[in-house]
Amino acid sequence: MKLSRNAVGWLNVVPLLAILIPFFVVPICVILAVSFMETDGFGGIFPVFTLENYTGVFTSSLTFNLYYETFKFTFLTLIFTAVIGFWIAYFLVFHVRSKILAMGLFLVCTVPFWTSNIIRMISWIPLLGKEGLINMGLQGTGAIDQPLEFLLFSPFAVVVAYVHQLTIFMIVPVFNSLSRIDKRVVEAALDAGASRLDVMRFVILPMSKSGIALGAIFVVSIVMGDFFVVKVMSGGGTASVVGAFYEDVGVLQYPSAAASAILLTIVVMLMVAAILRVVDIRKEISL
Amino acid sequence: MKTGNGDIELAGIVKSYDDGQTYAVNGINLKIPDGAYCCLLGPSGCGKSTILRMIAGHEDPTSGEIVIGGENVVGLAPVERRTAMMFQSYALFPHLSVRDNIAFALRVRGLSRSDRYRKADAMIEKVRLTELRDRLPGQLSGGQQQRVALARAAITEPRVLLLDEPLSALDEHLRIRMRTELRSMQQDLGITFIHVTHTQLEAIALADIVVVMDKGAIRQSGPAREIYSAPRDRYVAEFLGGQNVLSGRIGEINGVRATMNGALFSEVAIPLPAGKRLETGQELDIAIRRDDIELKPLSQKGMLPADSASVEGTVNGIEYQGNFVKVMLQAAGEDEFVAFVPERKFFEENLAIGEKVLAVWQISHTQVMA
Repeated sequence: MKLSRNAVGWLNVVPLLAILIPFFVVPICVILAVSFMETDGFGGIFPVFTLENYTGVFTSSLTFNLYYETFKFTFLTLIFTAVIGFWIAYFLVFHVRSKILAMGLFLVCTVPFWTSNIIRMISWIPLLGKEGLINMGLQGTGAIDQPLEFLLFSPFAVVVAYVHQLTIFMIVPVFNSLSRIDKRVVEAALDAGASRLDVMRFVILPMSKSGIALGAIFVVSIVMGDFFVVKVMSGGGTASVVGAFYEDVGVLQYPSAAASAILLTIVVMLMVAAILRVVDIRKEISL
Repeated sequence: MKTGNGDIELAGIVKSYDDGQTYAVNGINLKIPDGAYCCLLGPSGCGKSTILRMIAGHEDPTSGEIVIGGENVVGLAPVERRTAMMFQSYALFPHLSVRDNIAFALRVRGLSRSDRYRKADAMIEKVRLTELRDRLPGQLSGGQQQRVALARAAITEPRVLLLDEPLSALDEHLRIRMRTELRSMQQDLGITFIHVTHTQLEAIALADIVVVMDKGAIRQSGPAREIYSAPRDRYVAEFLGGQNVLSGRIGEINGVRATMNGALFSEVAIPLPAGKRLETGQELDIAIRRDDIELKPLSQKGMLPADSASVEGTVNGIEYQGNFVKVMLQAAGEDEFVAFVPERKFFEENLAIGEKVLAVWQISHTQVMA
């Protein structure tokens, strides 16, 4: 039996579709449908069209506060992961002479991921807690006499945990795009009289921006979609977008949770689209 | 264009690696006059690129002086040396257009956009890229990329332009065309060019001065014709090609000539070189140009003119080259003894593989080497 080229193409796509359709497309459609349905408030959902769930979400000032908080975390995390991630990747690519050593150090960056997320977050307590290492140390040197309260169970702690968790998502794509820069290009810039700052501004940053954009997409979509880190690290003091509709689910308000979820999906898509508008990442993905 | 003085003197340049034991460059002395086209020629790893990078200021010599225009430039930045380098495979900025690539040096010098574009556009016109000035380097052909690289290097008005294997990224056909362009660009700019290559044809076609290198040292330097027709030693002769090299010992010496005996030949007459004393028993290499060799039937052995020398050989390969025929012989114990026979002459005689012949040359055409 001879298959046409077209049929072979479709066959190649089948495994991907077999995963995407039942586990992604169908659930999204279900959520979309539920977000337009009525509920009796006890978990019952009736297939009656209504916009109430959305008007509820859009008229609540809570929604805007939650988005404000979550955007703030996203923005701060993005800034810190980008700066730290770029720094580390730059060091590995341009300052570690031996390729093997660079690769080794690169793998060391992934070591924190060999344990679970929960353990990693709990590990911050002995460090940042009231009687943790930092407070004891500072008190020991006499720099402070009261323990610093903002270190743990605070927005500060949330950002620390995010940065710790997500910097690797910045390092990997930036490392990748930096290591594709021909060292001779840097030399050519120096030859033309560029200072180190010029090389950074005019050559290295522009040539690594697709990597930074790719990292930013990871960071933005993860932070926007997270509630667990906020919950644990803020000690319950700060809410998040996902945290709020997780609670809706907890009290069986499925349709309004669905509406919130659809809204968040659209917001994240718009953010990713905005990043892609600024930077063309196609060349980063293709080889 | 103001160029300043671009004469270069390298004095006792040594570059050793971190361990201090191995040398990339070991004791180079070289003078290159202002406005000359100089080719550094040698196999990869001979230190030629290292020399170029030291002149450019991308590496510092372990010891020795690099003098450009009368001033020792060791330790100065490339810009202060007023040198510019054209990198191997060009190293163009892939994210910048042709125009921005060429204007880059002006941008880091703080020129305004309109000023630098005006200057860059003049340079772009010179290298005939006006239509392509908004393209990215990735959208250009190899030859066009080379022109961009050349323009980018030349826009700083350097007094010395350093070219690292500038033609190696191009295919054969384009290489010959761009070679001509390089030379005319050099004459146009009137500045010193130093060109690193491992291709001898490129070097002798372009250079006023050819510097043949091996293992971090200069083996011979001089005008192309001198290097090609009068190689100083076996290495230079073999690297430049076009020569048959014979090794042997001096036999008898009489006033004007000597004879040389090798393992598989004897009594080959050689001229006595001026300014060099030869002694009986001394070991010696001689070179005879492949196009100076004439092939004759063995029967003529006794009838050769008095001013000629000869060895016997067996034809073991024939290659048609168009304007001549390359005839390879098993002769005088050498791996390759070649005669370039003019095409018409070859087909009059019709030599065949396996035939025994006499390879004859004029004694005065022999180059006596160290």
